Amino acid sequence: MNIDQAMEIRQQKILAALENKNTSVHFDDALDNEMVLNMGPQHPATHGVLRLLIKLDGETVVACVPELGYLHRGYEKLAENMSYHEYIPHTDRLDYLSPLMNNTAYVLAVEKLVGIEAPKRAQYIRTIISELARISSHLVGIGALAMDVGALTVFTWTFTERERLYDIFELLTGARFTTSFTRIGGLAHDMTPEVAAAISAFLDTFPAKFHECISMLNTNRIFVERLEGVGVITREKAIALGLGGPNIRGTGVEHDIRRSEPYLVYPELDFAVPVSTGGDSLSRYYVRVNEVKESVKIVRQCLEKIPAGPVHANEPKKVLPRKERVYTKMEELIHDFMLVNFGVNPPVGEVYHAVEGSKGELGFYIQSRGEGHPWRLKIRSPSFMNLQSTPHLIEGGMISDIVAVLGSLDPVMGEADK
Amino acid sequence: MLTTIIESLRTRFPQSVLEVNEFRGETTVRVRKDDIVPVCTFLRDDPAASFDYCSDVCGADAYTPEERFQVIYNLYSMTHRHRIRLKVSVDESHPHCPSVTAVWPGAEWPERETYDMFGVVFDGHPDLRRMYMPEDFAYHPLRKDFPMMGIPDSIPLPRK
Amino acid sequence: MGLEHAFGDSALTTTIDSAINWCRKNSVWPMPLGISCCGIEMMAFAMPKFDVARFGSEVFRFSPRQSDLLLVAGTTTYKMATVVRKIYDQMPDPKWVIAMGACTSSGGMYRTYSVVQGIDQFLPVDVYVAGCPPRPDNLLHALMMIQEKIQRGESRSTPMTVAAERLEQQQLLQIQGVNN
Repeated sequence: MNIDQAMEIRQQKILAALENKNTSVHFDDALDNEMVLNMGPQHPATHGVLRLLIKLDGETVVACVPELGYLHRGYEKLAENMSYHEYIPHTDRLDYLSPLMNNTAYVLAVEKLVGIEAPKRAQYIRTIISELARISSHLVGIGALAMDVGALTVFTWTFTERERLYDIFELLTGARFTTSFTRIGGLAHDMTPEVAAAISAFLDTFPAKFHECISMLNTNRIFVERLEGVGVITREKAIALGLGGPNIRGTGVEHDIRRSEPYLVYPELDFAVPVSTGGDSLSRYYVRVNEVKESVKIVRQCLEKIPAGPVHANEPKKVLPRKERVYTKMEELIHDFMLVNFGVNPPVGEVYHAVEGSKGELGFYIQSRGEGHPWRLKIRSPSFMNLQSTPHLIEGGMISDIVAVLGSLDPVMGEADK
Repeated sequence: MLTTIIESLRTRFPQSVLEVNEFRGETTVRVRKDDIVPVCTFLRDDPAASFDYCSDVCGADAYTPEERFQVIYNLYSMTHRHRIRLKVSVDESHPHCPSVTAVWPGAEWPERETYDMFGVVFDGHPDLRRMYMPEDFAYHPLRKDFPMMGIPDSIPLPRK
Repeated sequence: MGLEHAFGDSALTTTIDSAINWCRKNSVWPMPLGISCCGIEMMAFAMPKFDVARFGSEVFRFSPRQSDLLLVAGTTTYKMATVVRKIYDQMPDPKWVIAMGACTSSGGMYRTYSVVQGIDQFLPVDVYVAGCPPRPDNLLHALMMIQEKIQRGESRSTPMTVAAERLEQQQLLQIQGVNN
């Protein structure tokens, strides 16, 4: 099949889906008919390579068909072909706005499958990095939303704060972006006092800076009016469609996995679950803003409470040994060889473990047949489910609201397309 | 809590609950394929269960002589905050499965993804297209007999 | 690269050309094609800390028709390849391409059925940037290399001189002659 025929088949199927939505497509007279608009996959407001086919009656959106898959990288096939340890760097690139969160979510699922638990200190550090990742993700989410509705300045400000977080990540993990910091049964290495000092220095100045950013938006009439009452979804529909994270909490559902199915050290911490009842884009924005404030609180508490101790579980047959011991100790060398060549070999079974990611419920479903690599690994990505609601949010609205709705959903195509 | 739900499921559908598994505190119920929609409707509407949130639907390729495809439903209850997993078997010769989109509208895209990746056709699905791969792609990549690097020239590239 | 087409190769046109190239290199308008993770580092490259405005390239054009540097930042899948090529074809000549990151340059860590193993299979690429994702400094270096290329009058999209173009036309005629 040549490329022209292939492109024709792809177009026909998508247009047919648009036709199924009780609309008709005629291309005879542009003024007389409804118009089909193609948005993306290269569009500044679709946050990546999302493609929307929109049918317009004047400026009103009659029907909308999202088209995904422009970033489908075959993550699940990759997972079936590599060991549990090898897959950790791949989780970085799922939700690339918060790589540390994905690292944590994945190793928690594998640890549940293997049946081990990381020591307390490692769990505290995981909580800290998860919350810092949440802050850094929401900073881009808020900034990009502001940019989509026309306020570029806020994006440069929030990104400056994000750069400071990058510096902390670099100090902690050695990489500013793709961190691959967690390991099965622990972490790559311990958090040094310099990192803790850098984090607390960041926390001292960040709230004031963040307040500056959001006060630019909260009192901005254009920003508020472009989001208020736009992209409304009811509480029942949000649950039925499987929305997650700030998007479902923006409809008044107090659903937060940190609270409902606690993991890591969240039960020991004092934090609130921000909820907003509007169900519109502005509510989703407010939930994100309040979540950042709560995350700051959580990290502060963790830094106070963090105990001393090891960051690796004492399970030599499951946890990769430290490199310096591999080179000097016989036992560790054997364990390292076995772990690298044959893998962790968890028992036969299947687990699903979900964490509250920055976009919603980030879950890993793993089927194991007792081998060193997963038989099947399914990523339950929150952005995928959030994007499912776009037709419901957009249809009936104005064309200029599409960018506001997409910005408030905050999708990341890396995890939506897998 | 979950044991009572499974008991009531067993009394209500004595034929359809095939097997109940417990592993790491998670319950997996194997259900007969043809009864998946009534079972799901019961689990959603029963006040003791009230699994109103369809967390995920995914497929798996068991690749054994007895069983080929599985469709797995991860369910969650917003009110009771518990989870359950349902699993059905789908034959290789007739890869069809009833769709649960009437029960949870949110299952629409995950079912499309399962169709794209495994070729399991969901009967009654409102818009069963490929989710990720192009429409002209002829294979189902997550099947175990599909090579990792794909079939050469199965997707055309633009001319240089 | 521009004026010789109209006026032939002479001392005047080459001098004017080098002046034009100097202007051109200091006002490269990128078309940011942020596909995946590299897109975030590309954003960092434009934001205050790394500040691409120092190199005259802060005018990010989201329309290919107004830009002369295509920044392919992220994994290119087979489905996306047709789109990338279409965007490239829509850009006016002369144009340059940066393949940012390992996936774009070679498929990187994604040796799978859906990922194109390097965009040079369907695009002429001027500069490859290593890294997964590259740091913004690396991308700045790539931009400086593009600027050097522009000053030298090199572009992979257009023939560099009239002589080269004539040669190409002759070769084309020869091939057509063989076919006829």
